[in-house]
Amino acid sequence: MPTERTIDVEYLARVEGEGSLKAVVRDGTVELVEFGIFEPPRFFEAFLRGRPYSDAPDITARICGICPVAYQMSSCHAMERAFGATVGEPWRSLRRLLYCGEWIESHVLHVFLLHAPDFLGYESAIHMAADHREAVEKALRLKKIGNEIVTVLGGREIHPINVRVGGFYSLARRRDLEAVPLDEALDLARWMVAFTASLPMPDVELDFDFVSLRHPDEYPLNEGRIVSTSGIDVANDEWDRAFVEEHVERSNALHSRTVDGGVYHVGPLARYAHNADRLSEEARRAGADTGLPAVVRNPFRSIVVRAVETVHAVGEAIRIADAYDDTVDPFVPIAPVAGTGAAGTEAPRGLLWHRYEVDGEGRITEARIVPPTAQNQLTMEADVRAVLEANLSLPDDELQWRLEQTIRNYDPCISCATHFLRLEIDRG
Amino acid sequence: MAGRPRLAVLKFTSCDGCQLSLLDCEDELLAIAGALEIANFAEASREVAPGPYDLALVEGSITTAHDAERIRQVRRESSVLVTIGACATAGGIQALRNWADVEEFTRYVYATPEHISTLDRSTPVHDHVTVDFELRGCPISKRQLLEVVNAFLNRRRPVIPTFAVCVECKRAGVPCVMVAEGTPCLGPVTQAGCGALCPSYRRGCFGCFGPMESSNAASLSNRWQELGAGSRELVDAFRSYNAYAEPFREAADAH
Repeated sequence: MPTERTIDVEYLARVEGEGSLKAVVRDGTVELVEFGIFEPPRFFEAFLRGRPYSDAPDITARICGICPVAYQMSSCHAMERAFGATVGEPWRSLRRLLYCGEWIESHVLHVFLLHAPDFLGYESAIHMAADHREAVEKALRLKKIGNEIVTVLGGREIHPINVRVGGFYSLARRRDLEAVPLDEALDLARWMVAFTASLPMPDVELDFDFVSLRHPDEYPLNEGRIVSTSGIDVANDEWDRAFVEEHVERSNALHSRTVDGGVYHVGPLARYAHNADRLSEEARRAGADTGLPAVVRNPFRSIVVRAVETVHAVGEAIRIADAYDDTVDPFVPIAPVAGTGAAGTEAPRGLLWHRYEVDGEGRITEARIVPPTAQNQLTMEADVRAVLEANLSLPDDELQWRLEQTIRNYDPCISCATHFLRLEIDRG
Repeated sequence: MAGRPRLAVLKFTSCDGCQLSLLDCEDELLAIAGALEIANFAEASREVAPGPYDLALVEGSITTAHDAERIRQVRRESSVLVTIGACATAGGIQALRNWADVEEFTRYVYATPEHISTLDRSTPVHDHVTVDFELRGCPISKRQLLEVVNAFLNRRRPVIPTFAVCVECKRAGVPCVMVAEGTPCLGPVTQAGCGALCPSYRRGCFGCFGPMESSNAASLSNRWQELGAGSRELVDAFRSYNAYAEPFREAADAH
C-alpha cells in the first residue's frame, strides 16, 4: 500500500511576514516542496509613481520594519545615480555606520530571537531564556547597541527619519555617538561567534551559486559590482543582463534565476564566500578561531557567518565613529534631472536592488524593487528538498521542525518579498 | 505561573515594524514575558496557543476578504483589542490604493494579476470591529507601547497624549522649523508621540502619527501655500502613512 506523508506548516513562525511550507512525500520520494507566501500585496512600485523622488527613502522603508535602512540606502543610491550626483565622504562613511547599526540589530534579532531556539530545541527565545537567561540577556544587550547606532544617526530604530537623498537632514552629534558602548559591543559580538559555533549543527553540504556585491576594498554594504560563483560580474545598472524573473505555474510566484536558468543564493553565506578577504582582522580571526572555512556550504552554519559579520559591523562602526567629524554639512544639495538610476546594497538578509526612472520635475515615473527573500525562494525550496530527503527517518514533528529551521536559515523577510511576488493568495 | 493574562500579537497587512517594537524593548522583554503569557506571537514563537486572549495587539490594515473575516474572529476571541500603528489605525501607506484603480496597480506590479485577490481599499481595523484602544505611529513608539501594556496589566486607561507635535517641540525646546526656517511641517495637525523627532533633526514633520484631535488642516494648508507649497505638494503631504485617516483624507481631497 502506498504511503504518503504530508508536512503542512500553515503559518511559519519566527520569520518576518506571513508564509507557509508544504511538503509531500510518497513512497519515500519527495513529490512536492512549496514555500508559500500569503502575505497580502501592498503595491509599493505602483503608488511610488508620481511621488517626488525625495519620498523614496521614507516610503520604501515601510516595506520592511526589520531592514528599513537597507531600503533607504538602496533608494538613495539609485536616485543619486539617476541625477549623476556624487555623495562622497563623510556621508559615505556615515551611511556605512548607519547600515552597520542595522546589520547588528537585525543579525542579533535573527540569530538569537528567531534562529538559535531551533538549534537548541526551544519554541522561542523566551522559552530558551528559562535555561539560557544570560545568553538571551547578552544578545538583547548587543541588539540594543545596534539599535542605538541607528537611533543616534537616524532618529529612531524603526523607519529612521534622518536619511535623505544626498545625505542626512542633520548630523548626529559626536558626543551622542561617543555615548554608544561600541567596545562592549565588540566583546559581545565575539562571544556571539563562539556561542553560535557551539550550537549543535545539522550536517549538510550543498552547492550554491552565491550572488552578492563585491567591492575593491571593503566588505560590501552600499557599493560594489554584482558577482556570482558562476561568473556573473555586472554593474548595478546591468541587472537584466544577469538575472531573469520567471513565472512558475505551480506556485504562481515569480522566482529569480540567473539568465542561464540557474538557482542562486543571496545573503550572509554569499557575501562571505565572495568577500571573506575583505573582512576586518578581528572578524576574520573570530571566524578562524571556530574553524570556519573560506566558503561555507552548510546553510545552517549561516548562523555563525551572521555572527562573524556582526563582529565586522561592530569593528567598522568603531573605526567610523572614531574618525567622525560633526562639523560638516549634513547633505550634498541635489538637483533632480530626468534620468534612470539603479542600486544594489547588502541588506542583512541579502542583495536588495532598486531601479527608478524620474522625470524632469523630480517625480518618479517607474519603480522596480527586487528584495532578497524573493531571490532566495528557489534556493530555499531546494534546501528544504535536500534536507527532507536526508531526514526521512525522522518522525513528522521533528521533521517539520527541521524543515522550518531550514527556511529560517535564510532569515526570510516575507513582507519585503510580497509586494513584488507574483503570488496566488489561496488560503483554502 | 497560571493566571497570567494571555497575550496575542497578530499581523494583518503591514511591514512587521510595530510588532517588532515589542522585541525592540530589549530591557523589558523578559519582564513582559514574565507578566503576560505570550500565547500567540508567531514572529517570536512557533508555539501558538488558541484563544481566548486577554489582550490582542493587532498590527496591519485589512486588505483581503479573508482578513476581514479573520479580524472578526480575533475580536470574538479577545477581551481587549488594541490596534498598533498607522496600518491598523488608519490603513497605512498601502491605503494610497484607495484613490487608484487597484486593477491597474495589480497589472503594474504582478505578472499574473488574475491570481491576486485583494480588496479595492486598505482600511483600518476600526472600520471592521470595535477597537478598545488605538496606538498611533508609523512606527509606534515603544515607550507608548510599554505604557499600553502597563495600563492593561494595571486595569487603567493608557495615558497617551492627543495634543499636537508642536507641544512636544515647545517642551523639548526645539526651534519651530516652520517659523524659523520656513520649512513646511505637519506638526500642528499631527498627534504627539514621536518626541518631536523630525523637527529636532531640522526636518518638517510628515505626519506619521496621524491627525491629532480637532486638527485644523485647512488653516495649516493656507500657511503651507504662503510658504510656497502648491496643491500637489499638499496632496502628497496629507496622502502618506495616514492618508485614509479622515482629517488628512479631507485635507488632501480639498486640493
